[in-house]
Amino acid sequence: MTPTTTADTTVAPTSSRGEVRLSITDVDAFYGRIQALRGVSLDVCRGEIVTLLGSNGAGKSTTLKTISGLVRTSRGDIQLEGQSIKRLAAHQIARRGVVHVPEGRRILRGLSVRENLELGAFTVRDGALRGRRLAEVYALFPILHERRHQDASLLSGGQQQMLAMGRALMHGPSVMLLDEPSMGLAPKLVTEIMRIIRRLNEAGTTILLVEQNARLALRLAHYAYVIENGAIRLQGEAARLREDASVVKAYLGLAE
Amino acid sequence: MADSTPSTPPDEERRGNAVQRFYAAFESPPRRRALHLLLLAILVVTPWLASQYMTVILTNALLYVVLCLGLNVVVGYAGLLDLGYAAFFAVGAYTIGILTQQFGINFWAAIPFALAAAALAGVIIGGPTLRLRSDYLAIVTLGFGEIVRFSARNLEITGGASGLSHIPEPTLLGWYIDSAIDFYYVFAVLAVLAYIASQRLFDSRLGRAWRYVRHDEDAAEAMGINRVAVKLAAYITGAIFGALGGIFFAVNLGAISPESFSFQQSVLILLAVVLGGMGKIPGVILGAFIVVLGPELLRDFGTLRLLVFAVLLLLIMLFRPSGIWPEKRS
Repeated sequence: MTPTTTADTTVAPTSSRGEVRLSITDVDAFYGRIQALRGVSLDVCRGEIVTLLGSNGAGKSTTLKTISGLVRTSRGDIQLEGQSIKRLAAHQIARRGVVHVPEGRRILRGLSVRENLELGAFTVRDGALRGRRLAEVYALFPILHERRHQDASLLSGGQQQMLAMGRALMHGPSVMLLDEPSMGLAPKLVTEIMRIIRRLNEAGTTILLVEQNARLALRLAHYAYVIENGAIRLQGEAARLREDASVVKAYLGLAE
Repeated sequence: MADSTPSTPPDEERRGNAVQRFYAAFESPPRRRALHLLLLAILVVTPWLASQYMTVILTNALLYVVLCLGLNVVVGYAGLLDLGYAAFFAVGAYTIGILTQQFGINFWAAIPFALAAAALAGVIIGGPTLRLRSDYLAIVTLGFGEIVRFSARNLEITGGASGLSHIPEPTLLGWYIDSAIDFYYVFAVLAVLAYIASQRLFDSRLGRAWRYVRHDEDAAEAMGINRVAVKLAAYITGAIFGALGGIFFAVNLGAISPESFSFQQSVLILLAVVLGGMGKIPGVILGAFIVVLGPELLRDFGTLRLLVFAVLLLLIMLFRPSGIWPEKRS
């Protein structure tokens, strides 16, 4: 079976994927007069890693931003656990457990590693829980513990990515939106980051992963969508997409 | 884990040049306590040693401490540029003037109304500016400052261009607060309160929210911080500090006019904050004293004194671009 193209054919049944946690239905988004998303629909089910693939400017980051409330949608709906979050402000969406790790990490320069992590747990009022989360993050990323008092801007790219993910974990997310976590990292670090994403997922976090590195993302994800010019062109189980060399080549331009 | 950046030991990096070490020397808790007591003693004793003229100047410096610490909440803590801060100062002064002089309301009873009026002004300026960034925000706040001043000049209730005079002096338990020394102590108490409040705010949950919003408001919001509420809180807090200064300014002089609340006034307060070191309480206090005392100490230069003062300020900013006592040593 080949993966389905959504433009004309039916979507692969989601029943086999389990309970839908986050669903986007027919969403449009604009930057001024430029349309960035055209009727995008996608589902992320409980416990899954879903990856959204596509080239530069295809609308990957915009999709994440519409989910987290940073970009407003003009049409369609976004639901979390069956409830619409489309009209909520970004901070309200975050408080419902959807945490966005933005492209470029958005580390707070001039603040220490630890202060950056504490930002993640800002809404957690239980001090003991904050302490436990901090210990968990340090256990997952020992280098952050080592450098906890340093200015976060002194961290290397890979460490900054870990900090951004650690900060998101401090929040205790139920859904994590990861925007290009491998960007600009050395191959060894990319492997490390991917290993951590898998571990987080196994620990119960549902993940929507945006990547340019399709090969890597398809190895990690359960389900995948391909976006092109602001519209979903292709979707299917990651394992199937990976095997279908012709499709991958056509849509992702992988020459390997 | 393997990584390319060499790790520097933390203490290596915290050290720094002589000035930084000098400031760091004040940061251990017992030394800070000792310093607090020393400064408090100086504050109490000074008017008995200084001339009446000097007491008046120092009173003005203490007023600026209150105003600067208030603006510091907006500019230093929350990172919102405000070029019309004198407006809040004006709202406090005029509200107290109108209520006590024209409606005969007791001074102490009128204070809550003046503070509420300033908080409302904070919401009015804060509301529409929340989505604006730096330069646009600067223009809107500047406009707001001018609107308040022009309103004061043109309304009848504010006494027009000549302002309000004969604002009654307050009494406290039958004691008239009227001499220069009385007002010195009033402003000393206000400055100490403003200092304590600033410190508490800095360490509070709200203070941390301001810090995060100032560094990156999108990242802060992505972690569940309500940026609108947090910024409004900064304007309201700043407004209340400014109004407190204005309230006692009005009763100290007994007369106020629109020209006390000009753009120049806003700039002077901002100058003190930036000069001292945005966000850093001791720096801001130092800035307030420099801005008020500097021109006085340079009286020997006669007509050139403001020029000399300006050159000194330029030199300070050249050598200490992030302020005399900045928040972060970078």
